Amino acid sequence: MTRRPTVALVACLTAVSLAACGGSGFEEEPTVDSTGGGDAADADTASLRMLIGSSGPAETEAVTAAAAAFAEDSGHQVEVVAATDLAQELSQGFAAGDPPDVFYVGSDQLAGYADNGSLLPYAADLENASDFYPNLVDAFTYEGQFYCAPKDFSTLGLIINTEAWEAAGLTEDDVPTTWEELRTVAATLTTGDQVGLVTSSEYQRLGAFMEQAGGGLVTEGEATADSPENLEALTFVKDMLAEGSMAFTGEVGAGWGGEAFGTGRAAMTIEGNWIAGAMNNDYPDVDYLVAPLPEGPAGAGTLSFTNCWGIAADSESPEAAADLVAFLTQPEQQMEFARAFGVMPSVQSAEEAFRDEFPQFEAFIEQADVATTPPNAAGVSDVIADLNAQLESLESADPAAILSSTQANLEAVLGAQ
Amino acid sequence: MPVASQRSRGSSMRSRETAAGWLFTAPALIILGLFLVIPVLMALWVSVSDWDGRGSPLAGDVSFVGADNYEALLTGGGLTTRDFGTSLRNNLWYVVLVVPLQTVVSLTLAMLVGRRAIRGRGLFRTAFYFPSVTSSVAITVVFLFLFSSTGAVNKLLSFLSIEGPNWFNDPRGVLHIALAGMGVDSAPAALTTGGLLGVTWWEWLAGPSVAMVTLITMAIFTTSGTFMLLFIAALQNIPAELEEAAMVDGATSRQRFFRVTLPQLRPTLFTVITLGLIGTWQVFDQIYVGTDGGPAKTTVTPAYLSYTASFGSQRWGEGAAIAFILFAIIVTFTILQRVVLRERTTVPRRKRFLQPVDERRPS
Repeated sequence: MTRRPTVALVACLTAVSLAACGGSGFEEEPTVDSTGGGDAADADTASLRMLIGSSGPAETEAVTAAAAAFAEDSGHQVEVVAATDLAQELSQGFAAGDPPDVFYVGSDQLAGYADNGSLLPYAADLENASDFYPNLVDAFTYEGQFYCAPKDFSTLGLIINTEAWEAAGLTEDDVPTTWEELRTVAATLTTGDQVGLVTSSEYQRLGAFMEQAGGGLVTEGEATADSPENLEALTFVKDMLAEGSMAFTGEVGAGWGGEAFGTGRAAMTIEGNWIAGAMNNDYPDVDYLVAPLPEGPAGAGTLSFTNCWGIAADSESPEAAADLVAFLTQPEQQMEFARAFGVMPSVQSAEEAFRDEFPQFEAFIEQADVATTPPNAAGVSDVIADLNAQLESLESADPAAILSSTQANLEAVLGAQ
Repeated sequence: MPVASQRSRGSSMRSRETAAGWLFTAPALIILGLFLVIPVLMALWVSVSDWDGRGSPLAGDVSFVGADNYEALLTGGGLTTRDFGTSLRNNLWYVVLVVPLQTVVSLTLAMLVGRRAIRGRGLFRTAFYFPSVTSSVAITVVFLFLFSSTGAVNKLLSFLSIEGPNWFNDPRGVLHIALAGMGVDSAPAALTTGGLLGVTWWEWLAGPSVAMVTLITMAIFTTSGTFMLLFIAALQNIPAELEEAAMVDGATSRQRFFRVTLPQLRPTLFTVITLGLIGTWQVFDQIYVGTDGGPAKTTVTPAYLSYTASFGSQRWGEGAAIAFILFAIIVTFTILQRVVLRERTTVPRRKRFLQPVDERRPS
């Protein structure tokens, strides 16, 4: 009598615990489909999951619409999820052996995911593989493999507040084209609460000066952080900081260059295409123009930033996923994205269309040929993080010491390859 | 025969009781096993393996690498070691400042609010306890606004003609600032050459950065309420006669507090400091929400570093190793303060009738 409920309870608990342990598949080997088209999953209706690290509702809606158009065309099902923390959610997917099929990968994350075999190196087989800008192909080429197709890209430009510009009595001819002119103009624009040039202190901005001086962190696989060119670039920035015609965002209480610019603390800033969306949403009354970055001692140079469409090696329908990427990287489709959230097409065949439609962003696209993507070797992102930590106090620090410690760190990670 | 039957009945009774006991504890055991023991063991395995984040860590292609991950952190000498050293330095200053301060503040509040004479006790109690029940994320965001360079705090300071620092963007260590004020701008050579975990002694002695100070303030603000409650409960357990007896004996109020009240609070003090140590060594959410480890890595803590090493750089073994080193640190600190707070000469009242030999120490 009294036993029966007990037994039932034990049975129930056992069942619960087994069910809880059962689904986790501790010993399940993820299967990689290497057979190609003959697989059942790649039949007419694959169902694909897409995970995107979206910049906002505009981007999410544009990607969702594009995915729906692809689903309409191909008969596959595509589900788009906007991640709140992309790196974390991707890692969870890879660890569980159940990653999304298609997802954004930043050029700085490529090495980590490529190293552990999470990514499918599919991009070289795309029909439009030769259409991508060469420096973007480099950004997603790791150990000789072109892993994933660049989604779009942005370059850095000089953003100028036209009202402050005119108030200082400057004209169109005064748009700086050399470092010296930049220095003069920034000094002219520095009045009261307004600083001539404000950028964030990270390598992702100051690195452009290194490129203009002819330097860079990694040159042909070798660490070149402590080169005299880089020293010249950092010294130039440090001098401008000391003169007060330039400041870092932290000093003026802004989170990033766009905020300093929009609130009027900065007459000029160095940012990428993404500033357009921010200005529209947050500071619609501020008029601005975009100029190419001024040339340094070694000529023009800027940094470009890009994401790619990664495909998981564990994807059940790699072919369908590759079709989806091919669809998304078409010139017309990329122009749709450009209209929706301001990025630039990653394919050269769309350049003309972009120039015609967005003359105000000509400066961004015309620098595509002189742009460099930050290095993507394994461990370099940690080195850059450490460099950024040191650059924050550039005004009071010794640039040579910063560069030599970065050189040591870079040699350590590049030597470990 | 009756004896035998009795015994068998007794044993069957007992076995039934045992079964019932296991049955009643089973849900808790299963849940703890699934969500605590197994994950901890798996993390321990990850910390000594070369798992790289793809598939299960228990799969066949993951191999045992011994203490490699621990070595990279503790003796590697590269960026990894320096980052870990920096995070330990940041967190150590945080612990050293937060634990004593929050203990003192919460005890003070408890003494104030615990007074029977005070009016509106309930209101004050609620007000002090309120930050503790608010989510740490919300409080962090509020503090980000308060301490922004044009925020309320700097506005207040500007009324006093003080130009407030750029709180969350100031990587300078407080001690370094103080030394610079006394004219010591650069480190003596003795302190820049040596060091520990890739961080020079001069850097160890930097003190918390200005940004960390705001986080320290926030921690004291949010946790004091909880510990105040513990102290209030303990204070109410102290019989009023003791206080009266001390007064009759002519003790001043100072003496009454330090000689009578405080010794009675020893167990609560132990609890508060232990909880404080555990909590402060595991700072994560304020960093994740507020600073991302910046400015200049001065708010990176081991817990946050563990997260970024794993999820950001796909170095899962190192991330897990950091977690276990952190565990060892917390245990060490707890044992240490246990030793410090040990009852030394007096025998606790509950043991008055049995005095174990080892309790008595020659004085």
